[in-house]
Amino acid sequence: MKEDRTNPEGGRLKRLRALMVILGPLLALLTLWVGFGLAAWAMAPAGLDPWGFFGWRNQSLILAQSAIVIVAACGMTLIIVAGGIDLAVGSVLALSSVAAALTLHSGAPLGVAVLAALGTGLLCGAISGGLIASLRLAPFIVTLGMLGMARGAAKGLANQQTVNFDHPWLGDLMIASNYSVGVDPWWQAPLIVAPGVWIAAVLVGVTAFLMVRTVFGRNVYAIGSNPAAARLCGIAVAWHQVAIYAWGGLCVGLAGFLETANLGQGDPSTAAGRELDVIAAVVIGGASLSGGTGTILGATIGALMMTVLRNGSQQLGWPTWVQEIIIGAVIVIAVAIDRWRCRTRN
Amino acid sequence: MTDSPGAVEVRLQVEGVAKSFGATRALVGVDLRVNAGEVLALIGENGAGKSTLIKVLTGAHRADAGRMRLDGKLFEPTDPLAARQAGVAVVYQELTLCLHLGVAENIALGALPARAGLVQRGEVRRRAREALAQLGVSLPLDQSCGELPIAQQQLTEIARALVTTGGIPRVLILDEPTSSLTATDVEHLFTVIHCLRAAGTAIILISHALEECRAIADRFVVLRDGASVATGSMAETDEAELIRLMVGRELTELYPQRVVPLSPHVERVLRLEALAGRGRPKSVSLELHHGEIVGLYGLIGAGRTECLRTLFGLDPVGRGCIHVLGREATHSSPKERLRSGMALLSENRKEEGLCLGRSIADNLVLSQPAPACWHRNAWFPFVPGRAMELATPWIQSLGIRCRDAAMPVMELSGGNQQKVAMARLLHHLAHARGEARVLLLDEPTRGIDVGAKVTLYHLIREQAAAGTGIILVSSYIPEILGMCDRVAVMRNGILGSLRPTDGVSARDLLTEAIG
Repeated sequence: MKEDRTNPEGGRLKRLRALMVILGPLLALLTLWVGFGLAAWAMAPAGLDPWGFFGWRNQSLILAQSAIVIVAACGMTLIIVAGGIDLAVGSVLALSSVAAALTLHSGAPLGVAVLAALGTGLLCGAISGGLIASLRLAPFIVTLGMLGMARGAAKGLANQQTVNFDHPWLGDLMIASNYSVGVDPWWQAPLIVAPGVWIAAVLVGVTAFLMVRTVFGRNVYAIGSNPAAARLCGIAVAWHQVAIYAWGGLCVGLAGFLETANLGQGDPSTAAGRELDVIAAVVIGGASLSGGTGTILGATIGALMMTVLRNGSQQLGWPTWVQEIIIGAVIVIAVAIDRWRCRTRN
Repeated sequence: MTDSPGAVEVRLQVEGVAKSFGATRALVGVDLRVNAGEVLALIGENGAGKSTLIKVLTGAHRADAGRMRLDGKLFEPTDPLAARQAGVAVVYQELTLCLHLGVAENIALGALPARAGLVQRGEVRRRAREALAQLGVSLPLDQSCGELPIAQQQLTEIARALVTTGGIPRVLILDEPTSSLTATDVEHLFTVIHCLRAAGTAIILISHALEECRAIADRFVVLRDGASVATGSMAETDEAELIRLMVGRELTELYPQRVVPLSPHVERVLRLEALAGRGRPKSVSLELHHGEIVGLYGLIGAGRTECLRTLFGLDPVGRGCIHVLGREATHSSPKERLRSGMALLSENRKEEGLCLGRSIADNLVLSQPAPACWHRNAWFPFVPGRAMELATPWIQSLGIRCRDAAMPVMELSGGNQQKVAMARLLHHLAHARGEARVLLLDEPTRGIDVGAKVTLYHLIREQAAAGTGIILVSSYIPEILGMCDRVAVMRNGILGSLRPTDGVSARDLLTEAIG
């Protein structure tokens, strides 16, 4: 046997490497979290609980505020790992949100509203994927077109205004806790955090399983890493593309439903630019826009990082425009560190 | 060699295969036979039709005429997957690996063992280990392929061919497997080929390195202009005969001799003193005179490419100095080097030497657009037709096979691409205003056919005769000994002393390179 470099520790080494990929973003998240908390404590603005940032209510708030981006990122991660991109997330989210709101407005049960949102997202995703696969157009262009089309459809469906509805408890799905009213929501005792967060957590688990343990998931990594090789080895790249974008659309549909719950209405102009938050989350989490690498866990950490930044900035009283500058800088720094880490490793 | 001298089992028989693409007749009539447990070398110039033949054999193209038989049965693959399932697999020169995925996953790519859509990871590893064991090697199964050296990537790809053909391939085609390998890796590859041969696989080997073909192949087939012109036993044919069959004419002088003797009082154009870059090179001292060809030999990784890059200004200079025509010019940028009359031919023509998507004319004027810009009319820079006019004489003098100067470079064969890259350098030198005419050539004849090589060698000699100083980096000893006036060996970033090539033997160079 020549070159006997079998690594008996192979499994352990691989797990360690996988851990290292997550460790970077995780450390960054912890640093930000601790940093903001200490800053808030040090400055202790008048009238605010000094431990406000670290308080469990605030953590619940951070999680609830991240949930929608995390749900959308479950789809976007697959798309980016496969080497594509989806710019239509914000518009499809608005469209799905309006669809759910309209269903509720017309008096249909909640289940139908969920299906309406999911179905809308799935349809838009399948159309994008179909165009990309059959016409061989660049995903950037196709989803850019879908961005306009979905937004227009949302505004048309909602007749250029917000869609209101009455529902006894849908609004409680996404709120963190009731500071102002002082009354805890009904799910506080059993669930601790908002149901929307649990929904996001389950979807993250499902996506992680999909990407790591199923043939479909491994094929997605292969397609992203080298589509020509994947095609040569008999992987039906076109079908996979349709499926990937359809899955992305499905996740965005769910995010749209959660947005309806969050806002308490269907707003066709909501989530403008949200796709950039989702893409940023996936990329901060370690994915490369050229495909082949990326994890849903990393995307989750990326989403949490951005929410921590916004939340912390708010606690410290920084204006919104400062938050935007910081988040933009963080995206560049995170990706630069990741590239540097890859280069030094090789 | 097969063990049973009597029964020779014909694995693949190809009769009268023809293939045309529109007006281009890529294959005119190819006859080929390869037996089980035999290595057949498929040799021919670039453009002879080898790639098209492989594509027909593996089902990527349908032949227009002719017949193929695999183990006696008619073989008509509809696509590469069908061909692989029938047992015919190919490993291309451009490896098709997913670099982000691990070795085991790459070996099982497209055929992951699964139950109800879930990957059976233990089974994936088992199959990978089995396939590698059949080749007589073992690799770390979880390491991502992007981190492996190219030799191990190639082994991964061969292992994949085993898995997709269901164990032992009936026919394995290797397309230029040794072009990026070191000598040790080539030895390992040959051992793997022996393993497969012993198991009964018929192997078709395509390579420009004739000595390697002779070392490993039993028989050969020569392709010329789309037809198989000769076949025979390797042991009974010598290299000169093979070249004659490939090219169709006598090539008495592969390396043109020096016409004008080198005068001892010729001016020095370039002098390096203890040049050191970042990492590599560590210490390079040499002198180059007008009209002289200096060869730099060394093993892959010795630092010769880095040396040229540092000299040319692409990499920063750490210590030492560079004198051009007697004047200090250590920290110059590539632009200044180009202006002074120096030009570099990169060893990586696809990524650094050429703009593949652009036309021949565009590539030609890349480093010297001035004549195209300002020559005719200063009011209208970049007259488009001017670049085409400039390109035509170069196409003729270098014998570049193309439709016209507007043809995109990526459609040319490797040899013709290298000729375009050289044409750019020569065009630059012809129009450079600086007097330090120096050509830095990094592996100029790697991966190109014999005919193109001879053209390039003649060009290099002509340039030397015209007074250009040339530094030639090569890993091919006959080339160094045949072309260069003086030679030095680089080892671990340090250049040994320069000495005249007369009186230096191949063994001397190799010993010094290995140390």
